Amino acid sequence: MAEATQTPYTLKVENLRVSYQAERGKVKAVRDVSFTLQKGETLAFIGESGCGKTTLGLSLIRLLPTTAAIEQGKIIYHHNGEEFDIVNLSEKQLRRFRWREFAMIFQGAQNAFNPVLRIWDQFWETARAHGETNKRHLRERVEETFRLVQLDPDRVLRAYPHQLSGGMRQRVLIALGLLLKPPLVLLDEPTTALDILTQRSVIDVLRDLKSQMSFSLILISHDLSLAAELADRVATMYAGTLVEIATVWDAYYRPLHPYTAGLIRAVPTLSGERQDLVSIPGSPPDLISPPTGCAFHPRCPYATDQCRQNTPTLIEAEPNHMVACWHWDEVAADGGARMKEQVEA
Amino acid sequence: MSTQEAQELLSLHHVVMEFKVSRRATVRVLDDVSFSVKEGEILCLVGESGCGKTTSGKIAAGLLQPTSGEVRFRGQNVWTADKATFRQYRRGVQIIHQDPYASLNPTQRVEDILSAPLLRHKIARNRREAHQQVLDLLRTVDLTPPEDFIKKYPHQLSGGQRQRVSIARALTLRPQFLVADEAVSMLDVSIRVSLLQLLERLRDQMGVAYLFITHDLAVAKYFAWEGRIAVMYLGRIVEIGPTPQIINNPQHPYTRALLSALPEADPKATRSKQRVHLRSLDVPSLLNVPRGCSFHPRCPLFEEGLCDGKVPELHAASNGVQVACHLNENEKVAA
Amino acid sequence: MESLRRTFRLLTYNKVGFIGLLGVIFFVLMAFVGPYFVPLDTKTKVDKIYEPPSKTFWLGTDSEGRDIFSQIVHGGKDVLVVAFLAGIISTTIAVVLGSLSALAGGGVDGLIMALADIVLTIPQFPLLAVLAGLVKFNNVTLLAVILGVLSWPALTRAIRAQVLSLREREFVEAARALDLGTKHIILKEILPNMMSYIAINLIFAMTAAIYAQVGLVFLGLVPFSGHNWGVMLSLAWTRGAIFFKDSLWYIMSPVAAIALFQLSLISFTRLLEEIFNPRLRTSV
Repeated sequence: MAEATQTPYTLKVENLRVSYQAERGKVKAVRDVSFTLQKGETLAFIGESGCGKTTLGLSLIRLLPTTAAIEQGKIIYHHNGEEFDIVNLSEKQLRRFRWREFAMIFQGAQNAFNPVLRIWDQFWETARAHGETNKRHLRERVEETFRLVQLDPDRVLRAYPHQLSGGMRQRVLIALGLLLKPPLVLLDEPTTALDILTQRSVIDVLRDLKSQMSFSLILISHDLSLAAELADRVATMYAGTLVEIATVWDAYYRPLHPYTAGLIRAVPTLSGERQDLVSIPGSPPDLISPPTGCAFHPRCPYATDQCRQNTPTLIEAEPNHMVACWHWDEVAADGGARMKEQVEA
Repeated sequence: MSTQEAQELLSLHHVVMEFKVSRRATVRVLDDVSFSVKEGEILCLVGESGCGKTTSGKIAAGLLQPTSGEVRFRGQNVWTADKATFRQYRRGVQIIHQDPYASLNPTQRVEDILSAPLLRHKIARNRREAHQQVLDLLRTVDLTPPEDFIKKYPHQLSGGQRQRVSIARALTLRPQFLVADEAVSMLDVSIRVSLLQLLERLRDQMGVAYLFITHDLAVAKYFAWEGRIAVMYLGRIVEIGPTPQIINNPQHPYTRALLSALPEADPKATRSKQRVHLRSLDVPSLLNVPRGCSFHPRCPLFEEGLCDGKVPELHAASNGVQVACHLNENEKVAA
Repeated sequence: MESLRRTFRLLTYNKVGFIGLLGVIFFVLMAFVGPYFVPLDTKTKVDKIYEPPSKTFWLGTDSEGRDIFSQIVHGGKDVLVVAFLAGIISTTIAVVLGSLSALAGGGVDGLIMALADIVLTIPQFPLLAVLAGLVKFNNVTLLAVILGVLSWPALTRAIRAQVLSLREREFVEAARALDLGTKHIILKEILPNMMSYIAINLIFAMTAAIYAQVGLVFLGLVPFSGHNWGVMLSLAWTRGAIFFKDSLWYIMSPVAAIALFQLSLISFTRLLEEIFNPRLRTSV
């Protein structure tokens, strides 16, 4: 870790807590999440629906709905020796900051465009709103970015959104996000609702872009295979908390949290023989009143009284491998085998 | 499974389905689709959106009448059969939908949903008997204790629980055949497996056969390992055969492209995969299906004059696989 | 007791809707029970013309010195009855024809839609004026029936569209696969999912019937006798009330009564939406 602290970071999140007000009470969507995003790395947040990963993403870029609020914590952004806390930015500062420094590309490429504007006009409108005045300058930059995402600028810029396929629209959206070469990019479910072959083209484009533009990337996805394709490190979220952060290799081949181990064994693979899969019993908890202690304990075969009473904190169990589990050593010893036994029992 | 002895249960013969899109134009969603499923067998339909897999499922379930071609249930053409035979078919084949939020009526409680078919078809003689049977059904789909669920409205259940109610509803009439249309696609991964295991258990215990429709080849591999997979592209079956063969030794260039494109939850495997590079990323519209083999504008093995001429028919390749590819007719495609 | 408390919580869940409900209850009580307590003032009092509100005349007096408040109390019943009857009639026709049109399809659908188009193009006021020449509108029910029969087409189209979309829903498809029968599909699967929509449209049909009715009376197209907010308006108008500042209370009282009742009805629809939604019904 000594080395890691010296490498420059792009984003450092400390004790972030986000809640939103619902009819039934306060939903604790993100609970004391801390992590560091190194410069140029891809960090994937995985977890099931309602685990807080989308809320986390929205709070990083301060796009939370009005019912939600950041209750505590810092989101330190660092670029070219300058650093500041995103939480303290004013609306005006945020407008300058988003897109230029921190681009976001959300799911649902189908609806992100104004249907009555040609693609070029969408680019021009967005750029103008951010202070661009020179059309030729913009055009050059758009053409350059379009080449990176393998789109034909002449054809696509003149088209209306409905004239493009889903995969093309997603790539246009990626190009729009990356137009100003932001050092930090947030991708939320970039391939959901795309067909397999289209999804592949988007993944390949993303990988090419990463190697050519070297931005730091936060990837939010429920799709474990997407994280396996693109991530350098993987962060597992459960019930609003971060339960594990590890390199993609450790996360998939040596998970230390029972939940990560269960998730990875729940997804069928194509390569090799057919394997038995694991299903995690029960369902994700209610975020209004999450379980005491470790939120995963009601579903966990490793759970003891300690887990029911005390909340585990994220510790560096192994080099560059953080986990929040009282029994990570047992998980490490048996390779998460108990997740499987439980199903057979 | 002794599939040789099993009787043919349901089959589609040269089914064509056309929909009117305007006064003049029709779109052909299915073109000459044939397959058959034996008792207790699993057939997976895989393909991308718009390939016709959902329409095939609706036709198999008797919810759509094909424009031409036959649907046979236990050897009888269901659309020309008498009322009693059609009724037998209708009750023998049930469907499980994709979206657990749309497939249950939001205004009915679980008990109403499950007891309506029981009472209507006299499987239960009265409300009390129906109540007991509903409790049993809920236990069958692992919603225990059933008393906790019987009075609930769908919105009070989680996605996985709703899908279990959907399955229980499909089981009310003791069907022999279930069409599962992306039945687990919308569920979280941790819940998905337990539902697949439930469907598998129903096959073991009740001998239910499945037409399992999915876009996810990995799920198809897991669920239909002992069964078969049919790969569809633009309204036609392009390859059909035993699951291990399709997954490990695909013959059709489209199947290969799909398998190579699919990301996997295994970083080493997924990053070292050999990719099939397509000639075009654009999916042709069903309103304007390419001549000859409809995959030819995208196919990496395209041969001019051959592939854009005649539509390739399904023909036997190795190991019980049938494939519709010209390049495969005389010799095996170079791997 | 618990269920009573739950009902109350449900009713008060939406504040605006609850106020609407109270308003509707107030007007219904005033129109149907009020006349037993407030005698209608018919005596002309030349010394009390156009008096402002006072302790004896709560809303002042009219051009003949009669109490306006008593006229408002007595003039509500006909308006409410016509509105309610006309609303029920047009909504019932719309639900039956709309569902039939959507489910039967083909020629039946074409016929019903053509009929709807024809009725929709008939100008209502001139037709009523012509009818008034042939039939005597001294009967409240007759006016309600005519208003109802003329105002179903728009809602029929909307119901048809709703049924068409509900028919394609997966739970209806499942009911078809389970061979539950057309009756079950209409009554148990489709109709319950449209109840809030139907109820809200019933209210809107009622508000439309009020305007149509008051308008007809006001314009004198329907020689409506008796006491009625529309008649009051018409009288106030013909006596030149808008020219005298003193007569403000005379003309504004029926206008306010109509407007407040309409407002109550429309606010009340917000509550209906929630009563028919099982999600809300179970969460309060």
